[in-house]
Amino acid sequence: MSSKGYMSDYSRREFIRTTTVVAAVAAGGLGPDAAEAVVVPGAAGTAGRGTLIDTNISLSRWPCRRLPLDETPALVARLRSQGVKQAWAGSFDGLLHKDIASVNARLAADCRKNGRGVLVPFGSVNPRLPDWEDDLRRCQEEHKMPGIRLHPNYHGYKLDDLAFARLLDLARERGLIVQLAVSMEDERTQHPLMRAPRVDVTPLIALLASQPNLRIVLLNWSRGVSSSLLAKLSAAGSVCFDIATLDGVGGVANLLEQVPLERVVFGSHAPFFYLESAVLKLKESDLSESQVAAIQAANARRLLGLPARG
Amino acid sequence: MMIWDVHCHLSGVPGRTPDERMAQLIAFADRMGIERLCVFMGMNWSYDPTPDDMRKQNDEVLAALERWHYRAFGFVYLNPNHVEASLAELDRCVRDGPMVGVKLWVARHCNTPELDPIVERAGELKAPVLQHTYIKATGNLPGESTPMELAELARRHPDVPFIAAHTGADWEVGIRAIRDCKNVSAELCGSDPTAGFTEMAVRELGAERVLYGSDAGGRSFASQLGKVLGADISESAKRLILSDNCKRLLMPILKQKGVKTDE
Repeated sequence: MSSKGYMSDYSRREFIRTTTVVAAVAAGGLGPDAAEAVVVPGAAGTAGRGTLIDTNISLSRWPCRRLPLDETPALVARLRSQGVKQAWAGSFDGLLHKDIASVNARLAADCRKNGRGVLVPFGSVNPRLPDWEDDLRRCQEEHKMPGIRLHPNYHGYKLDDLAFARLLDLARERGLIVQLAVSMEDERTQHPLMRAPRVDVTPLIALLASQPNLRIVLLNWSRGVSSSLLAKLSAAGSVCFDIATLDGVGGVANLLEQVPLERVVFGSHAPFFYLESAVLKLKESDLSESQVAAIQAANARRLLGLPARG
Repeated sequence: MMIWDVHCHLSGVPGRTPDERMAQLIAFADRMGIERLCVFMGMNWSYDPTPDDMRKQNDEVLAALERWHYRAFGFVYLNPNHVEASLAELDRCVRDGPMVGVKLWVARHCNTPELDPIVERAGELKAPVLQHTYIKATGNLPGESTPMELAELARRHPDVPFIAAHTGADWEVGIRAIRDCKNVSAELCGSDPTAGFTEMAVRELGAERVLYGSDAGGRSFASQLGKVLGADISESAKRLILSDNCKRLLMPILKQKGVKTDE
């Protein structure tokens, strides 16, 4: 049967608008105005130009392969082309390097030199290393970072480790945002010599109860967190969730049925993942303008202690 | 840019009936500008379905196609552990029914000889064979095929078009495994949107051998479309991957069945 028939079943105008938007994503290298249309088609005025905050990107080199956008200037250009105004950047070097202080210094310098006002560094802290407390101090006092990023599965500790609890204490006292990467790569496709099982976040429930002012964001969490655990985490404290590994049709809308809107932030896991995958998730779910605005930027701004709109 | 999705399911989609689930899939597809979906397997999956269950799952897809035949194509789900029942099901759903392809999953390694009569019959009917392939660092299921095993099967049937579903997910290995099999296309779906997948597939296989699929509803259309739309490849390559290659693979059987498309 001819495909022409289906056009009478739903709006031809809607289909043309949608395919135009998808084509715009495909074109890449778009100006900010076009990118805005990609992020929120049909919701003009809600987000405003360049209001996307990506809370989950990384700089430097993934240990097992070169990534298409692992040169910082190229990554920043792509972020800007998709309307990202600000991106919270960790470092792939933070996974395996033991000289974390130099990793964080390079990260801060890279953000300053190549960030074009977009990149905000989030340093790595490994509480298994001697004198890790000074890494935390340097992140805030020397590099002026608003937060840190943790990789417990690459650093070899569980979340019921006493050092982790102390790290949360100190981060809270300093007013730092704590980003915890539950995974970096699907366990099924990891290099056989670099297997890193995802982090069990169950101990966080008890820890969050004793850290009422802690601002914590779980990154790449969805494969390791069941619906029941998600509900408990959400109820336990002010934990936020990014959307980088969120999947399934209508995934963002499904998440909003399980956690409050203010807990969901945009995160792409670029350049390990294609940035466009996260951008398009906001389009696939049937979200209201206020929901899109909150996820795109307002919730991240609130984490930074800024007004929701700016 | 027109988009045809070569890999969708009724599973993981809300709805009490195949028709309700198909309507949901179509609604999401509309939001993403996807014109056509290839759908296979039923509401509840089975690794190693009995002949009865196989027919039930295919009946559910047939039911889903009733209202949506102008937006979706069906692939018949077969189990090479039941060769005669699979051949009968192939005749029922493809030769005598509206389905246009074959889906093989994890019941039996695809390099075994039990696959041969199924593939031969599919070839006679001009139905492409879509075989699930995965290479898991955590260990494959007992009957789960790798791209290397699909390459063995494809070499035995050089005139039959195959689709390496997921390209092994460990795509750096999977792409190499099928590289010299010109009758095997790499399909991008069902794994995380890891950057570089599409670029390597185009570089090593040529854009003509790469297909977009989503694996919806377990995956989102969005996460998998990002693999193509975010890739550093030419616009013409994207067009091939998003629709033209799928159309080309299906065109012989669509023509045979008198199904018209835009072209």
